[in-house]
Amino acid sequence: MIHSLFLINSSSDIFLEKHWKSVISRSVCDYFFEVQEKAGEAENVPPVIHAGHHYLINIYREKIFFVSVIQSEVPPLFVIEFLHHVAETFQDYFGECSESAIKDNVVIVYELLEEMLDNGFPLATESNILKELIKPPNILRSVVNSITGSCNVGETLPTGQLSTIPWRRAGVKYTNNEAYFDVVEEIDAILDKTGSVVFAEIQGVIDACVNLTGMPDLTLSFMNPRLLDDVSFHPCVRFKRWESERVLSFIPPDGNFRLLSYHVSAQNLVAIPIYVKQNISFFETGSSGRLDITVGPKQTMGKTVEAVFVTINMPKVVLSANLTATQGNYTYNPVTKTLVWDIGKLSQQKLPNLKGSLTLQCGAPKPEESPSLNIDLKIQQLAISGLKVNRLDMYGEKYKPFKGVKYVSKAGKFQCMAITIWLYIFTNKENSHLKC
Amino acid sequence: MTPMQKLLQLPVNAVNIVKTVQAQAQEEARSPVLTPDSIQQNWYSAVQPEELRNLKVAGTGGGDSEERAPLEEGVTSAQTQPLRHDDLKEMLDSNKDSLKLEAMKRIVAMIARGKNASDLFPAVVKNVACKNIEVKKLVYVYLVRYAEEQQDLALLSISTFQRGLKDPNQLIRASALRVLSSIRVTIIVPIMMLAIKEAASDMSPYVRKTAAHAIPKLYSLDPEQKDQLIEVIEKLLADKTTLVAGSVVMAFEEVCPERIDLIHKNYRKLCNLLIDVEEWGQVVIINMLTRYARTQFLNPNVNESLLEESGEKAFYGSDDEEGKEEKAEAAALAKRKPYVMDPDHRLLLRNTKPLLQSRNAAVVMAVAQLYFHLAPKAEVGVIAKALVRLMRSHSEVQYVVLQNVATMTIKRRGMFEPYLKSFYIRSTDPTQIKILKLEVLTNLANETNISTILREFQTYIKSMDKDFVAATIQAIGRCATNIGEVRDTCLNGLVQLLSNRDELVVAESVVVIKKLLQMQPEQHSDIIKHMAKLTDNIQVPMARASILWLIGEYCEHVPKIAPDVLRKMAKTFTNEEDIVKLQIINLAAKLYLTNSKQTKLLTQYVLNLAKYDQNYDIRDRARFIRQLIVPTDKSGALSKYAKKLFLALKPAPVLESPFKDRDHFQLGSLSHLLNAKAGGYQELPDWPETAPDPSVRNVEVPEWTKCSSREKRKEKKVEKPFYSDSEEESGPTESADSESDSASGSGSGSESEESGSGSESEESREESESEQEDKEDEEDKRKKKKKTDRGKVKAPAVESPESEESSGAEEKNRAQKVKGRRSGSESESEEEEESESESSRSESESESESESDTDAKKKKKAPVTKPPPKQAKKESKKEKKEMSLLDLDDFEPTPSPQVTPVNNFLSSSLVTDLEGLSLTDTVMAPTTIAPSGSVKTYELLHRITGEGLGVEYCFSRQPFSPDAHMVAVQIMFTNNTNAETKNLHVEDPKLQSGMRIKEFPEIELLPPGEMVTVVMGIDFCDSTQAANFQLCTHIRKFFVSIQPPVGELMMPVFMTENEFKKEQGQLMGMNEISEKLTLGEKCQNEHGIVQRVTSAANVSRVPCGSDKECRFAGKTVSSGILVLVTVATKEERAAQLTVNCEKMVIGTMLVKDILQALTQ
Repeated sequence: MIHSLFLINSSSDIFLEKHWKSVISRSVCDYFFEVQEKAGEAENVPPVIHAGHHYLINIYREKIFFVSVIQSEVPPLFVIEFLHHVAETFQDYFGECSESAIKDNVVIVYELLEEMLDNGFPLATESNILKELIKPPNILRSVVNSITGSCNVGETLPTGQLSTIPWRRAGVKYTNNEAYFDVVEEIDAILDKTGSVVFAEIQGVIDACVNLTGMPDLTLSFMNPRLLDDVSFHPCVRFKRWESERVLSFIPPDGNFRLLSYHVSAQNLVAIPIYVKQNISFFETGSSGRLDITVGPKQTMGKTVEAVFVTINMPKVVLSANLTATQGNYTYNPVTKTLVWDIGKLSQQKLPNLKGSLTLQCGAPKPEESPSLNIDLKIQQLAISGLKVNRLDMYGEKYKPFKGVKYVSKAGKFQCMAITIWLYIFTNKENSHLKC
Repeated sequence: MTPMQKLLQLPVNAVNIVKTVQAQAQEEARSPVLTPDSIQQNWYSAVQPEELRNLKVAGTGGGDSEERAPLEEGVTSAQTQPLRHDDLKEMLDSNKDSLKLEAMKRIVAMIARGKNASDLFPAVVKNVACKNIEVKKLVYVYLVRYAEEQQDLALLSISTFQRGLKDPNQLIRASALRVLSSIRVTIIVPIMMLAIKEAASDMSPYVRKTAAHAIPKLYSLDPEQKDQLIEVIEKLLADKTTLVAGSVVMAFEEVCPERIDLIHKNYRKLCNLLIDVEEWGQVVIINMLTRYARTQFLNPNVNESLLEESGEKAFYGSDDEEGKEEKAEAAALAKRKPYVMDPDHRLLLRNTKPLLQSRNAAVVMAVAQLYFHLAPKAEVGVIAKALVRLMRSHSEVQYVVLQNVATMTIKRRGMFEPYLKSFYIRSTDPTQIKILKLEVLTNLANETNISTILREFQTYIKSMDKDFVAATIQAIGRCATNIGEVRDTCLNGLVQLLSNRDELVVAESVVVIKKLLQMQPEQHSDIIKHMAKLTDNIQVPMARASILWLIGEYCEHVPKIAPDVLRKMAKTFTNEEDIVKLQIINLAAKLYLTNSKQTKLLTQYVLNLAKYDQNYDIRDRARFIRQLIVPTDKSGALSKYAKKLFLALKPAPVLESPFKDRDHFQLGSLSHLLNAKAGGYQELPDWPETAPDPSVRNVEVPEWTKCSSREKRKEKKVEKPFYSDSEEESGPTESADSESDSASGSGSGSESEESGSGSESEESREESESEQEDKEDEEDKRKKKKKTDRGKVKAPAVESPESEESSGAEEKNRAQKVKGRRSGSESESEEEEESESESSRSESESESESESDTDAKKKKKAPVTKPPPKQAKKESKKEKKEMSLLDLDDFEPTPSPQVTPVNNFLSSSLVTDLEGLSLTDTVMAPTTIAPSGSVKTYELLHRITGEGLGVEYCFSRQPFSPDAHMVAVQIMFTNNTNAETKNLHVEDPKLQSGMRIKEFPEIELLPPGEMVTVVMGIDFCDSTQAANFQLCTHIRKFFVSIQPPVGELMMPVFMTENEFKKEQGQLMGMNEISEKLTLGEKCQNEHGIVQRVTSAANVSRVPCGSDKECRFAGKTVSSGILVLVTVATKEERAAQLTVNCEKMVIGTMLVKDILQALTQ
């Protein structure tokens, strides 16, 4: 399936290649470079490129292009998912999936790739199995290795590959038995200029960190499982139990994993935790503009909204911004034309406000579009959908684990759109006839 | 020693061999030019210990070697390269593992960077026996990479792996097989083949998995081994572990995807294992099973497949247009074979559904495409939610998913409509995602949501991303062409855009406006004028060309401006782009033809300019046009037609989605994404006409077969050879076949028992179809019967002459019918024709009836009548007639059709009586009873809410003459006010898609206190969904809705007892609903039952031999689907109600209604 893999950095250097079948010349990447040049920005490179007798399927992660070469029909998502999995494995092993990390650990990377694919077909992709086969590097181990000459490759055999629960290795031992669950919710919303909601939904995940001895069998139940509209599970979750009882029953993998990601049903109204009043206008003459933004809390259920960032992508003609913020501070990057306002905590009493003037390029026409605002925020100890974990039970093992649940709400793709004047004309014209 | 280390232990002598060979190779490797090498090596070995230690310390991390890389590259002299490699060779030869490891690490790093390390092969390969695992692994990496280039040397490592294959530890066996099969050396093909065969029957599933992985490797190395490999695949396919399943299916797909027959026996197992297979395997298996199912099962949407364009999701709407004339034939064809889903097909759908919840996008997509290609229309909807969820994933995943969603939305728009907002575009999306989302939004646009979509589009127009804006404008254009209601709005909006500052936006708008204007140019000459003015400013060639074309095409709408534009363009002609020049010539030619007085000189001038243009296309065009339009003495015959040529009416362009018709590629595949067939793509086969034998999927030991009784039944059959022989075919065809068998059997059988035996055999088949019964004795009985039937049927061709001789004409007839059925066509249509002729007769009779009742009475052949109701009817009819006549007198302008149906109503029911009587071919007394005269009326508008206007409606139960597929609804208006009500008419119907309304003609005047009756037709599409519309008077509008009871959605069908049984036989299983009941007080006798049933549903009685049973038949008005009702009475007041109908929903609702009617 996957014939070869090339890793390409942002300056179009192929810094790693791996072939699972016969060797394919790296000149095949020329097709990719051609398309890349045409696309301009990295994110606009189409994931699938037809390159002569080959097909290139690529992903872009952490400023690296993972370009895989395919020779025959294969589901593109299969390859894309696999490449992302590779990137995640690197992340898992080296803490980051950057070019330097990969270059520093090129041998481990190569060993990993060797294990993950056999003849282009995924073999061992579960991180637990891989970690048994190839130990992740850490400082202590690399020191020891350099002195003793011992190696990173595990001495044991990957028994996990043989078991029916490949995600968990046998014989796990911990002195502190802990299980932590993080319920993280992201609000995706589009607000219009008046602050009313055009579209809003909540996407959530439950990330778990389970360090438990032996083979625990966990059951996690919710106070209000009906909230979860659309869910996708880690393979360890027993689907039938969920279908019938709406509880999560599973033998957890060891360590960190994503137990569940969900979507909160659309019927439940999404509480938008903040409101934004914005007014960005540009004057016809004098090449300047005015900006006035106020942010305030709304429906936060008694929790404070933290780490509020407002990011605005300004039109190209905006040269600089001269603003005053009543809270937090702002930066304007004249190269990327982005204005970032770091507000911090939102308080009920004093509403943060950013106000001032914008300088435009002289002589340039006034920009037609008013820019949209992207908002980042965080609320601790609250799942904005109201999801609550009821209890966690453990079967199969005797000890008592320490259990913890944490809730965080974040802004996902939270955007305030500007309504345009065209809209008004447009709707108005529906009835009146054009005079020409 | 760990087991891993054992793996690659070479026998001592093997190592020696390697060493000597390596020495030779080394010598060979040195080129004569580089003789100093040897000296250097000596020097190296002299200082070896310290030097190497330093080297080692310096080079612990991969990073160091990386740092050196540029250095190495920078020098690039042939002299340094071998030197470095010598140093590595030295390290590999040393006794210390740490040195070896370091060397191997550097070599691997070289490989990773794509540098050639092939000359180290001899030095590396002997380390295959190294005890250190990491070294060994890295040696494997090296070996797999370079073995192909150095085949002879690679052979030396083989014995190590061969030993590994015999190791007691399964992981070592697997690992040895894996490396062995990865070495692409043709010479070892036999060894690999042997190893794979052995491993395929290994005890450990992990080794078997590895064997499965090795199969495609060997196949790509030597395709000649295919046959042997297929044997191994066949063996592995039978494996029962989840570990192997994914890998072997992968091998199957790569080696022999055409051998679909290998899957049969493993189909059910694969379905059941699927959920436990690892993610990647799931994808492969699901994709393979999609193809398999396409070859083995029948199309679940067979009834709808011809009507798919409607893009309808609702269960009801599924065959909404079936009634249309051109589709009637298809519908009849579909009806002939009632669809019963194969349980194996159901199994697949059921077992893949949970996988929609997978975290792996590829799995979700695989299931989605499976459902899209295989599931009945009503069930496809479940995938929408999961696909929308994937939109949250990485942008690459989004890209692929959106491509597929775009294709799906064309076929099944309804599926994604609830998720419209999820496709809204964010300013942070990459352009390619934006454009795909736009595509989906455009596909989803329909009358109801167009306003929201357009509003959304308006914000997009303002985006900074100009490519995206251009795409949005095109999308608006497409919405405008598809949805007529918003065309003007869109057009005006686009005209607004013409004053946009951005030229690209203007240009794109011009192009789209041009396309839109082409649809209705007459009304928009002002827009054309406006655009003509734009020629001064717009510089984009495409836009200029579009404007010129428009002006030329519609020059008669802008007679004054057009010559002026030409004048301007002539001035700038030389500076224009080619595409614009061509359009200028075009414009000149058109103007010359329409307005030669003003433009003659201009045209000449332009043509002269063009004559000397650099572009030969333009020169050609100019020459051609000159000959064509300018009259000269020797101008050819064509010039006469110049006007016709240039000013012909051009069809408006159809703005189509680029994703149209992409679904012939399997969704989710690479080929679909590229819209071109990729190498190795397996076409998704079309559904078979008839289902292949499902028994091939039976397995001897049905361990994992959950699928119930049907299968058990089959297994029994397998045990009984004779039996299975007689039922080679199953499913729908089975029923059809045995149908004809039994019929012909009865036909050739003894005459006296003819009908009896026929019914008996049919009953027996009933039993065989009902899946619960598998008692032994019944089984036996059935078997006997089948045997007898079978015996009779054998060689029908031989027997038929005999039967013709012996039996009467009727039988001959029957035999012919049977033959027709055999040939797989017509029989139904015959029946259809019959019923049609019946209905036509009934119509004609009804006419005559309305003339005189006595005539009709004479026609009656059978003596049994029901005089009292007749009398009543007559009276009531007279009354009504009088009334309507009165109405007629009062309102001359009211067209007659409104009134005549009232006349027809009762008479037609009379005729139904006649029909039932005259057509019954049996001797028994015809006891058909007309539907009771009391027709239930429903309130449409109460007179209080209607402010004095009261409206009632009833279902008059006669065919609606303007459209046979509509239900006739009789509406009675009563004006209770003191004022006149004027202009009563229907407005703004809001219908479920597919439904249609034929409005009644406007009632111009309704005087106070008067009442008027009209008839309107509604095509409910066989659904009980209400038809909503507005009832308007000259002052007010009322929202009203008509909801039909299910019984009114059908019309009577006349059939004989045998026909009834035949049809009922085809509508078994899922299509049959029975309910036990206790009869109510008033309907204990036959008469009561008949009355109740016919009042609950518009069906007609079918004559029946037994007095314990009452049978009724009808068909739905809209799609003509047969509805059969049987009420069997038992002791006391117990009875059983059975409804057979292909549409389960109709069946269920009808059962409920009739049940209620009977139990009251």
